[in-house]
Amino acid sequence: MDRPPLTRPRALTAIDGALALVAVLLVVQMWLLTATLETYLAGHHEAAVPGAIVSALLFTACVGLYLFVLRVDADVRR
Amino acid sequence: MSLLRRPSALPLWRDEITIDAADEGYVTRRQFTKFLVLTSFGMFVGQLWILARSLFARAGAPPAPIIVGRAGDLPIGAARVFHFPSPNDPCLLIRTGAESYVAYSQKCTHLSCAVYFDAAKTRIECPCHEGAFSAADGRVLQGPPPRPLPRIRLQRRGDDLVATGVEEGGSAEVSRAEAPACPRARA
Repeated sequence: MDRPPLTRPRALTAIDGALALVAVLLVVQMWLLTATLETYLAGHHEAAVPGAIVSALLFTACVGLYLFVLRVDADVRR
Repeated sequence: MSLLRRPSALPLWRDEITIDAADEGYVTRRQFTKFLVLTSFGMFVGQLWILARSLFARAGAPPAPIIVGRAGDLPIGAARVFHFPSPNDPCLLIRTGAESYVAYSQKCTHLSCAVYFDAAKTRIECPCHEGAFSAADGRVLQGPPPRPLPRIRLQRRGDDLVATGVEEGGSAEVSRAEAPACPRARA
């Protein structure tokens, strides 16, 4: 089944949504880094591994959204 | 300049590397998203740094015990400074009773100011931002410090008080043990 052509307003909405989501993920990642550092300095070293794993997942999601933005942008310019 | 600029017919690289002075300050959504993703990468690197520090801390050898003083030398309610585990780590040895000694890191957990023992209030205070810690267990009593003071594990070996380790935010009592002699701490 063919995809409907991506119009400029729809592309802008998609890019704005992805941008907002990246911003939210970044805020979560900042909070996670702060919380992990605080926990580490309090002597609870066991929080470092799950913190790093969750941060890696958030970073991967950000990269995925960035690739999505690039693809939509390229599609609408075509 | 409007953020909703229409896409030009130019290729992407021409659109980003502009020669138009008016377009110099323009930031596209794509560029802004890239900036956010790079910031996210920075956060991830920070997490990896904490993880590496955590792993190296576990793998490191425990600090060598040192004698911080003789048991009877310190009057009840008095404190003295020693350095443990390295010469750059000042600590406070406090005699809280006839046979009761506690020791804490002298660095405030807020901004690392040097804390001191207030004998009148029997608590440890930070002069920088009026933080206070319990002399009994190092917990925060008031002020901005976010964590208890790291506690130094002490052992009584004959008449000597020996620092054997550091507990981050934990608690420990002076224990008695017979062990070989240790080097004396620098006061």
